[in-house]
Amino acid sequence: MINLPMPLIQILIGLVAILAFVGLNGLVLVYLERKIAGHVQRRPGPFEVGPHGILQPLADAVKLVGKQLITPKGADAVLYWAAPIISFAPAIVCFLPIPFGPTLTNININAGLVLILAFTGLNVLALCLAGWSSQNKWSLLGAARDISQSVAYEIPLLLSILPIMMLSGSLNLYEISTSQGAWPWQWYIVYQPLAFIIFFVCILAETNRAPFDLPEAESELTAGFHTEYSGMGFGLFFLAEYSYMIVACAMASILFLGGFNGPLASGWWWFLLKVYALLIVMMWLRWTYPRVRFDQLLNICWKWLIPLSLVNLLFTALVIKL
Amino acid sequence: MMVKKIKQTFTDLWSLVVGLKVTGKNFFQPQLTVHYPRETVDTLDGYRGHVELVPKKNDPFNPICIACGTCAKICPSNCITLHVKKVTEPAPSAKKEDSASQEPVQNNQKAASPKKPKTKRVLEAFELNYNYCSLCGLCAQSCPLGGLRFSKNVYLAGVSPKEFEIDLLARMRSQSQIAKEEN
Repeated sequence: MINLPMPLIQILIGLVAILAFVGLNGLVLVYLERKIAGHVQRRPGPFEVGPHGILQPLADAVKLVGKQLITPKGADAVLYWAAPIISFAPAIVCFLPIPFGPTLTNININAGLVLILAFTGLNVLALCLAGWSSQNKWSLLGAARDISQSVAYEIPLLLSILPIMMLSGSLNLYEISTSQGAWPWQWYIVYQPLAFIIFFVCILAETNRAPFDLPEAESELTAGFHTEYSGMGFGLFFLAEYSYMIVACAMASILFLGGFNGPLASGWWWFLLKVYALLIVMMWLRWTYPRVRFDQLLNICWKWLIPLSLVNLLFTALVIKL
Repeated sequence: MMVKKIKQTFTDLWSLVVGLKVTGKNFFQPQLTVHYPRETVDTLDGYRGHVELVPKKNDPFNPICIACGTCAKICPSNCITLHVKKVTEPAPSAKKEDSASQEPVQNNQKAASPKKPKTKRVLEAFELNYNYCSLCGLCAQSCPLGGLRFSKNVYLAGVSPKEFEIDLLARMRSQSQIAKEEN
């Protein structure tokens, strides 16, 4: 019998559970996304595979797994195949400190918030590598866009989280959750509505969701940084994108919407409900707004979000001190 | 200036909400598309399928087409090929000619030389290669007799390009046959 330290076992079990959760969520979100797109455009969306098309994402996944992996001519093969893994792996780590329920946290560490922020930042590197190593102008343009976009939006993102840290006095996601009450008026969104809006806009940009999906901009750059990827190379990027969406929405619901706290009975159901509500809002936004131009994107960030979040931060600091 | 700018920002922000309202409302409204193989639509009045020949009113088995070939010439994609047989018609009935010659020529109309045998162009096949057709409609527009129109043939699918090389004359005749049998 190998003697494994208890925390390692805990982390391993957690990682397996998270992988299952992420995989399942990928299927659910693909289905949701396509159904919402369909209904917004007044068509049924996927309908033929299984009842109401419920098996469509599974069929898509099987197709992706079965496809041939092609390395383009002139591509840097090592970086090219490392990129999707570098994109996907940190997404899994980001789930570790998330408190899903009062007793459902994988590792309860004090710097959970910092851990998530640090590991989501790695995604930029992956997209940069993917774009660079593909030997394709669209990929390179997509990567360049992603980097400038992420660098710009990381700042207001952090600035909008800071007031929450000040209010709760903690970087531990579990403590931030429990410092909010069960009822909506006890959540931080009431104290920090502006920070919530800024945070939400920033996570849209950070996860490359429409209307800020410039790195992939299918009508301009074919598919941006993942133009050349086939099969599961593309599949991993796709899964990573959806995982980051879940992480971002989980962050939003922990920081601003009370996490697992909810009226009547607190628990993971409230957490999932909030996360999915936010995800649906994200999809709703995607099928409502046209893609912004790149200068508009950066203007929103540098001219509006950063000054507003700074003002908000200063105001919060002042109120707390008084 | 500053006030105006801030006001503009708020109207812009409000327009985002309006956009969400539009898509949100549409989300809950009934769908406009149908599940094709199980349901079909019957509102095809404005539909432009491939062109088809218009039959004569009193003779549904023959087209209005006089095989002049204008459509084939004007087609930008060279989709249309006419197979024409030239038939030398026997001169119009002699009786008529005689009566015409007996009558004194009163009008100063130049009588067409009746003694020359007339050649008539008879359409044998009207081949449409729908693979290259862009549905511009120039053929139907340029036809001097209105002998071409857009069909309502929506449910068109095939496994090889050969299936979209259609003989419109045969198609028109078979359709007239079906219509006749139905009546």
